[in-house]
Amino acid sequence: MNFADILRTAIFALRGNWMRSALTSLGVIIGIAAVIVMVSVGQGTQAEIERQLSGLGAQKLDIGPNVPRGIGGARASASSFFTLNQGDIDAIKEEIPEVSLISGSLRGSTQVVYAENNASTSWQGVNPDFLQINGWQLAEGNGFEAGNGDDRVVLIGQTVRQNLFGDGSGIGESIRIGRTVFTVIGTLAPKGMSGFGRDQDDILLVPLDTARRRLMGAMGLPPNAVMDISLTVARADDLAYVQGEVESLLRQRHRIGPNDADDFQVRNVSQIVATRNQTTSQMSWLLGAVATISLIVGGIGIMNIMLVSVTERIREIGLRMAVGAGPSDIRRQFLAEAMLLSLGGGVLGILIGVVGALLVGHYNTELPIQLNGKVIALAAGFSVATGLFFGYYPASKASQLDPIEALRQQ
Amino acid sequence: MSRADAPAGTAVIQTHALRKVYSEGTEAEVVALDDVDLRIDRGEFVAIMGPSGSGKSTLMNLIGCLDTPTSGTYRCDDVDVATLDREQLAALRRDKIGFVFQGFNLLPRMSALDNVAMPLGYARVPPAERARLASEALAAVGLGGRTSHRPSELSGGQQQRVAIARALINRPPILLADEPTGALDSKTSEEILALFKRLRDEDHTVVLITHDAEVAAHADRIFVMRDGRLHEEERAP
Repeated sequence: MNFADILRTAIFALRGNWMRSALTSLGVIIGIAAVIVMVSVGQGTQAEIERQLSGLGAQKLDIGPNVPRGIGGARASASSFFTLNQGDIDAIKEEIPEVSLISGSLRGSTQVVYAENNASTSWQGVNPDFLQINGWQLAEGNGFEAGNGDDRVVLIGQTVRQNLFGDGSGIGESIRIGRTVFTVIGTLAPKGMSGFGRDQDDILLVPLDTARRRLMGAMGLPPNAVMDISLTVARADDLAYVQGEVESLLRQRHRIGPNDADDFQVRNVSQIVATRNQTTSQMSWLLGAVATISLIVGGIGIMNIMLVSVTERIREIGLRMAVGAGPSDIRRQFLAEAMLLSLGGGVLGILIGVVGALLVGHYNTELPIQLNGKVIALAAGFSVATGLFFGYYPASKASQLDPIEALRQQ
Repeated sequence: MSRADAPAGTAVIQTHALRKVYSEGTEAEVVALDDVDLRIDRGEFVAIMGPSGSGKSTLMNLIGCLDTPTSGTYRCDDVDVATLDREQLAALRRDKIGFVFQGFNLLPRMSALDNVAMPLGYARVPPAERARLASEALAAVGLGGRTSHRPSELSGGQQQRVAIARALINRPPILLADEPTGALDSKTSEEILALFKRLRDEDHTVVLITHDAEVAAHADRIFVMRDGRLHEEERAP
């Protein structure tokens, strides 16, 4: 029998019991889908790490509050959340000369209104250095200047611009943010989606003092509070040294005793990425385990059903041998059936896995995903290998049947 | 040799001192065939009779190249089967033997045409030619109009004709029929036996294995197996 004959005979045999065939493939379907999701997430994370490290990341430190949690994880009061202030920023700038740029920030979200258009967006109150630290470029207009103080001026991201002004630039227009009217002085060049699927252009930037006074509202902030501080150093090599300096300076300023916990934390991007990477790598291992177990269970299922099939069709095997099928013909036929079961499961698993990976990327923005042909080829290869490995024993068992015995079976 | 007066022909089946022993050397040793000499020429219609346990099935399995002898020789269409492995035996069956069984042994999910064409796949006949050869073979056994029927849609006699068409599809020199009328009524049996005679007239060699003397009587020569030994029955003139 040539290849087409073997394939046709195998399809014919499997179709005769299609429900059983479909259920048999289920293990492989789950296993391959898990492989696809696992590798997509793993590769996406890797790409995200590389992307972050290749940018300004290697020169950047982020300082945020470290708020001890009460019993049951309940956060302490709002005011104690703001452990950093403008004084910290000034002190760092003054005492650590390796720091080249530094900015505090406050964040929130609100409604923004222009004429009859309004949109919900997020805002950030920042110092002038913020744009350069975070790689923002101006598309049009002017940025902040040190002398802006608490001017009611705003830079708008491309998504906000489009929502409010359509095709217009909006520069010079007045928009209402919360309850305060601001003047648009510039638009930001688009950054697109972040690696985690967030639209980075859906943003407003206003001067830090303005934000504190006009947008934070009646939250009862400590004076001159900032939510976090980001800074860059001139040379990437200095990063670890500067991190240590910043930590001791802040401990001193915040009067933290040698045995007390910090009320702030300093992180560099690679630490953030490493933490996230640990989560994704645990996720990958979990999915890898699911994939391996499913493929083994699926393979055993295929082997089991093929053994049943050999027993059920023993007369057919005997007859085929009587009319001239050699042991190798019989072995090829049953091997083809097993491989078709696992390859069919593999193809379905790939489809489900691709959809699953896209859904993970869509709903869980913490897990970046990356799909490529190599992953899919790998999964298809795995499924064929499963069929070959687990189909071989039943197929060789069929081929070794004695035709006389096989024909005598009822 | 049991036939002194046989016309000179080409032997398609020739055995010499054929012996088959099961469980040799143990207490359960069974001599199923003992010193069997048999010569069947092309174009003969021969019946082999015998009660169950007489070694008749063992002989059929050996003639059909499904099994190899313990000792002695069997030349099937001038090929010595003793030296062949399982793959080579399969190829020999494919080319030399057409089997017809008591239970027809058709594959239930396939049409009559696909059943008949099935052995052609193992003979590596191109697919386009298979359908043509199979429908010719069905027409030759009088089932030209039933090619797309499944076995369950055919009567017993028709199913046996499909099986005969399948047995003949690779043009083997030997047609080996094991109780071919065992599952058929007497009228249908007569039809099948008439078909065998026609095939004999078309130069096929037909070997009929049966326990039924009435069926055997249709053959030109009758052999009887008794306790592993083969005897030719003298025919009344």
